[in-house]
Amino acid sequence: MRRARVAYAGAIHHMIEGDSRLLSGNPVVWLPPVEPGTIFALGLNYADHAKELSFKAPDEPLVFLKGPRTLCGHLGQTRRPSGVTYMHYECELAVVIGKTARRVTKADAYDCVAGYTVANDYAIRDYLENYYRPNFRVKSRDCATPIGPWLVDKADVPDPMNLRLRTLVNGKVTQEGNTRDMIFDIPTLIEYLSGFMTLEAGDIILTGTPEGLADVKVGDEVITEVDGIGSLKNTIIGDPEEYAHVG
Amino acid sequence: MPPACGSAVYGVALNFRAELQRLTGQLPVAPVLYLRPRNTWNTNGAAIRMPADAKELKMAGTIGVVIGRGYVAVNDVSIPHESYFRPAIRQRCRDGFCIIGSEVTDRVPKEIRISINGELRCRASTADLVRPIDRLLADIGEFLTLEPGDIVLIGEPHDAPLARAGDRVRVEVDGLAAIENEVVPE
Repeated sequence: MRRARVAYAGAIHHMIEGDSRLLSGNPVVWLPPVEPGTIFALGLNYADHAKELSFKAPDEPLVFLKGPRTLCGHLGQTRRPSGVTYMHYECELAVVIGKTARRVTKADAYDCVAGYTVANDYAIRDYLENYYRPNFRVKSRDCATPIGPWLVDKADVPDPMNLRLRTLVNGKVTQEGNTRDMIFDIPTLIEYLSGFMTLEAGDIILTGTPEGLADVKVGDEVITEVDGIGSLKNTIIGDPEEYAHVG
Repeated sequence: MPPACGSAVYGVALNFRAELQRLTGQLPVAPVLYLRPRNTWNTNGAAIRMPADAKELKMAGTIGVVIGRGYVAVNDVSIPHESYFRPAIRQRCRDGFCIIGSEVTDRVPKEIRISINGELRCRASTADLVRPIDRLLADIGEFLTLEPGDIVLIGEPHDAPLARAGDRVRVEVDGLAAIENEVVPE
């Protein structure tokens, strides 16, 4: 089953794919499909991407956290501040935890997964600093992590470690990969994280991105998609002064 | 007073001058944030569990700014680490490592005192912050909206003491009741 959270007719609703209200043509605002608990993200978790950034593949998962305000739903907008020279997308498979997990082994890891969705883990590289890198100004900005449209039940994804993923900017494919190329796979990540902290239902793990990053500009339409999970669209907007000349 | 579901607790590293000088001397362009995820939230009087892979824990008593409400005493516990290059998730995100006092004051506190087994081990003043509270909130708010109920921990005192299993740790912030917790073996 594919589930969405949407604002529709003045309230927030949980809907499943095929709901007649989604098909009615009335306006729907897509929200992140999960009310987030702790949001984990992985850096350099695809060998090709690590190489692209001239980093050797890490020995231990490179985990960072993101605050709740960074999420936005399908068809959302993400701001590129004026003066920025390099802002890139990152297409990622997101794993949503479904129950409390503490010291879970790889063999049991999928038992605590609720399902999967798609995330776009934008980064503004101009703001990178060598303190707790990638720092929050790069990665945890307001509305800079689109996620959705659907939470797809685990039962509907027989092999999450073999899914093709890609990014399209203005309709052109700019990034392609396959989740089988992750350095630390989903069971390893769950074993690693739950080995030192308790995971809870609603926690989200963004599992990293393959190579193929490119700068995105104001007005670009960016689609990140994972086969069998979903296609997530986002538009880059500028600061208000960039629109001052319009109209 | 555990934060409400959906609230965020942000810590700020390297925000006491002496600590920044000791480690780098270079002013970070933006506040160096880390998140205290919900599994770390803990209360006055609860046990601090010493992880099996650690011998000592840093007791960074500090002030939490609760957006829209006031100030609370916090003990921001971590496994000591010297490198600030990568996020210290394994060192900071252990269950129960962020003790948040229940009392809130609307008067800006000026001093933090950290005692272990009754002995005063650290005094820190908000006069020694790299980014004072107003500036800190403004600099964070430039890229990340702080909502009512979110908490910002203003920094870790540079000489925050270490504690071992069996130690009782007390954090006092002026104008607020002390918070006191014992370190116990995991």
